[in-house]
Amino acid sequence: MTLAVFFGCTFIAFGPALSLFLFTIARDPLRIIILIAGAFFWLVSLLLSSLIWFIAVKASDPRDEALQRGLLIFGVMFSVLLQEAFRFLYYKLLRKAIEGLVALSEDGCSPISIQQMAYVAGVGFGLMSGAFSMINLLADALGPGTVGIHGDSQLYFLTSAFMTMVLIFLHTFWGILFFHGCENQRWWEIAAVVLMHLAVSGSTFWNPLYVGSLVPSYLLMAAAAVWAYLLSGGSAQNLRRFLLCKCLVKGDGDLSGRPWG
Amino acid sequence: MAAAAGRARSRRGMAAAAGSPRLPAWCGPLRGLLLAVLAAGSCHGNSVERKIYIPLNKTAPCVRLLNATHQIGCQSSISGDTGVIHVVEKEEDLNWVLADGPHPPYMILLDGNLFNRKVLMQLKGTSRVSGLAVSIAKPNPPQGFSPGLKCPNDGFGVYSKDYGPQYAHCNTTVWNPLGSGISYEDFDFPIFLLEDANETQVIKQCYQDHNVPRDGSGPEYPLCAMQLFSHMHAVTSTVTCMRRNSIQNTFSINPETVCDPLLDYNVWSTLQPINSSGKVDREKEVIIVATRIDSHSFFWNIAPGAESAVSSFVTHLAAAEALHKASDVHLLQRNVMFTFFQGETFDYIGSSRMVYDMEKDKFPLRLDNIHSFVELNQVALRNGSVLWMHTDPVSWMNESVQIQVRNLLDILSNSSVGANVTLREVGYSQPLPPSSFQRFLRARHIPGVVLTDHQAAFQNRYYQSMYDTPENIRMQYPEGLSPEETLEYVTDTAKSLAEVATVVARALYRLAGGANNTSAIQADPKTVTRMLYGFLIKMNNSWFQSIIKPDLKGILGDVPQHYVAVSSPVNTTYLVQYVLANLTGTVVNLTKEECLNPEKAPNTEKELYDYAWVQGSLDPNSTTRVPYCVRSTVHLTKALSPAFELRQWGSTEYSTWTESRWKEIRARIFLVASKELEIITLVVGIVILVFSLLATHFINAKADVLFSIPRDPGAVAY
Repeated sequence: MTLAVFFGCTFIAFGPALSLFLFTIARDPLRIIILIAGAFFWLVSLLLSSLIWFIAVKASDPRDEALQRGLLIFGVMFSVLLQEAFRFLYYKLLRKAIEGLVALSEDGCSPISIQQMAYVAGVGFGLMSGAFSMINLLADALGPGTVGIHGDSQLYFLTSAFMTMVLIFLHTFWGILFFHGCENQRWWEIAAVVLMHLAVSGSTFWNPLYVGSLVPSYLLMAAAAVWAYLLSGGSAQNLRRFLLCKCLVKGDGDLSGRPWG
Repeated sequence: MAAAAGRARSRRGMAAAAGSPRLPAWCGPLRGLLLAVLAAGSCHGNSVERKIYIPLNKTAPCVRLLNATHQIGCQSSISGDTGVIHVVEKEEDLNWVLADGPHPPYMILLDGNLFNRKVLMQLKGTSRVSGLAVSIAKPNPPQGFSPGLKCPNDGFGVYSKDYGPQYAHCNTTVWNPLGSGISYEDFDFPIFLLEDANETQVIKQCYQDHNVPRDGSGPEYPLCAMQLFSHMHAVTSTVTCMRRNSIQNTFSINPETVCDPLLDYNVWSTLQPINSSGKVDREKEVIIVATRIDSHSFFWNIAPGAESAVSSFVTHLAAAEALHKASDVHLLQRNVMFTFFQGETFDYIGSSRMVYDMEKDKFPLRLDNIHSFVELNQVALRNGSVLWMHTDPVSWMNESVQIQVRNLLDILSNSSVGANVTLREVGYSQPLPPSSFQRFLRARHIPGVVLTDHQAAFQNRYYQSMYDTPENIRMQYPEGLSPEETLEYVTDTAKSLAEVATVVARALYRLAGGANNTSAIQADPKTVTRMLYGFLIKMNNSWFQSIIKPDLKGILGDVPQHYVAVSSPVNTTYLVQYVLANLTGTVVNLTKEECLNPEKAPNTEKELYDYAWVQGSLDPNSTTRVPYCVRSTVHLTKALSPAFELRQWGSTEYSTWTESRWKEIRARIFLVASKELEIITLVVGIVILVFSLLATHFINAKADVLFSIPRDPGAVAY
């Protein structure tokens, strides 16, 4: 669909992630490392789950439509569980890393906290997940044609871009929730993350009824955002102060310009 | 704690300053992302691409050919030409494309019956057309269709201002009156032929669903569009493209050739063996029998050539087989050379090369050796039973030639006694039709005759077009036959061509000095029908399979096309060579090693004969073949225009035709969205990007306001 659609969809899908990266992660090399490693962990989980699905598909009859759909659903659910398992493995790895960083530092304090690692790991998972969802669509969006000749919806690219955006956000918030749950032994938080992930992935089976997949995902994202904000030390009071402060004092020299951490 | 935090911050800052590269840290992943995008894009056939595009697989493009001064054919832009599809089934539909339609440029799906000069010239003059897809008309257009010239090979035959000026440029006789000359026009948009009726139906269905105007107003987006890729690398003329080739070859490490000369091989064989690397004595006289074996049409590699080429060379092959049945062949006074010229459609490539080789002493024969010349042109559409004999009126003025030509005509007429062929003379006021004989006449006054089924204008109403098919020469098979039965079924066309072949063979026997009864010289209709089936309907049949070399069996495609092409030899040349070897050669008892290396075996006379190890026929019960060795006098000589040997790219004397090179040729259809939707997507994307950048900046700046440090000193804050 030409260059306009290519850039439009790229900005929609990756704009928020790019701004998160630029402002909060890019300056700190340690955070970049955690981001890339997180992306890699997600990639490995995808590789393993696609291997299982591929074997299952090859072992079955390709003409049986119902069986193939069933295998796809099984593949998606198995992939969700595997992604969360790798999130847990990554948590374990980062805990070990914190011990190493503490040992290396001069003042016995880790330069980065587990909450910050949780956020960055979430962004890493989200970016790689978004990349795999969106890159091949973007490559085809460059051509002159749009989806629809076989009867599919014309809004395919647009809805895919919005879905990718919401998935990146969701992975970020799930990272925070998951690590908080692991840290404080709150297993119901971990269970909630897994269930939300299953729900969002399952809702994509409503496609091409895009209302059925986008609306629940955005609602879940709002809920996860509020929860993660509360767990990160936020409150309604802080939010009000932030908004009012912003309105009253724009570019306050005292409070602005300081990066996170 | 604040001091510790301050120290940590400064150390981290120093570490960051020491370790940071010149480029910002986010450049690396971004580059990786771009590479990933490009890499994913090169992966063809992925599921998203299948949602968007329907590829059109059974198409034939129109490509660019160049000669010394002009370029002909079609060209697309380097990344393909896209246009909204419009189906034109009658002339009034063109108004939408040319004037009324609101979404130019258009890609036209043209009905085969409207594919004529008038429509094409209208489309050529407008910028609202980005390409053309022609669906083949079934049945053939009844009024005839020929994209060739009215005067084929004009300027390269014998008639010019120095020789018979009143006959030059078809002043006396227009040979191809139906010729529109569109093959020789230059188009700047791509033109494709849709060979499969199912694909045409898919396109029409897409058009009906999306592009038809409803209630008087224009159609709404999304619209059905088509994209054609056929970018040609060569431009202007052969002079330019050969010059560019030589520049590339001289200066570039990886030279990129832009065009190739049309070349192939001529097939020739003699009745009595001659030394193919030596020279024949001056006193030995040879009668040359010639036909062309190639044809052309508007589209690349679509050249069924049933009447224009196949009918003549099949008759020639049958006559060669018949003549070899005479008992005293080796005692004849004169030799007979059966010659099959390739590339005659493009200003006599094959015959001009053979004449050049004869003049320059590179061929075993010289022009002095030629006693007479018999050529077979289109012979399948005889009116009644009449076969016309054409002679050159200018050389008729020469006394000695006149006597020899008279003798030739009389022998031919006498040979037709008893056969269902009536030979008639055309007269001395009409020039020769376009034929290879004209190139020989340019060099020497040789007595000769051209045999055709037309007196003046061609009987063939589909000369050099895609409609010159078996139906054109009235080949009909009954329903329900298997391929094997169809191969063996003798059609009326085969019988008629066999009669012509018998007459020609008997005349050749007499011309060569034979005095015996010619009743044994008879062409076999069974052979003729098998050849017609193989060269016109299905090349991959059991007879052809049994007479070719074992390593060639993969080359036999299905639908035969007889275009000269640039990679040689083409299938037609191979098959003519092997069929001629099978029909005129003998089976010898040699092993495979001896057959492949005849110089090692005794008594093989390698200079006189050609040995071929052919794979033999399939036993009906087993799956193996019984190969054997065939000894024949069949040879190939290169058919490349002398202009390329002499490096005279702008020659007006020799053929200078070249074919452009290209990278990819394909076609596909898809839907296009409106510009508004695209701009909306871009604007939404930019808005989201800007908003998220601003929001993240502010959240980051006010992070300590948003995320309060908890009282508990154990927990670490943001």
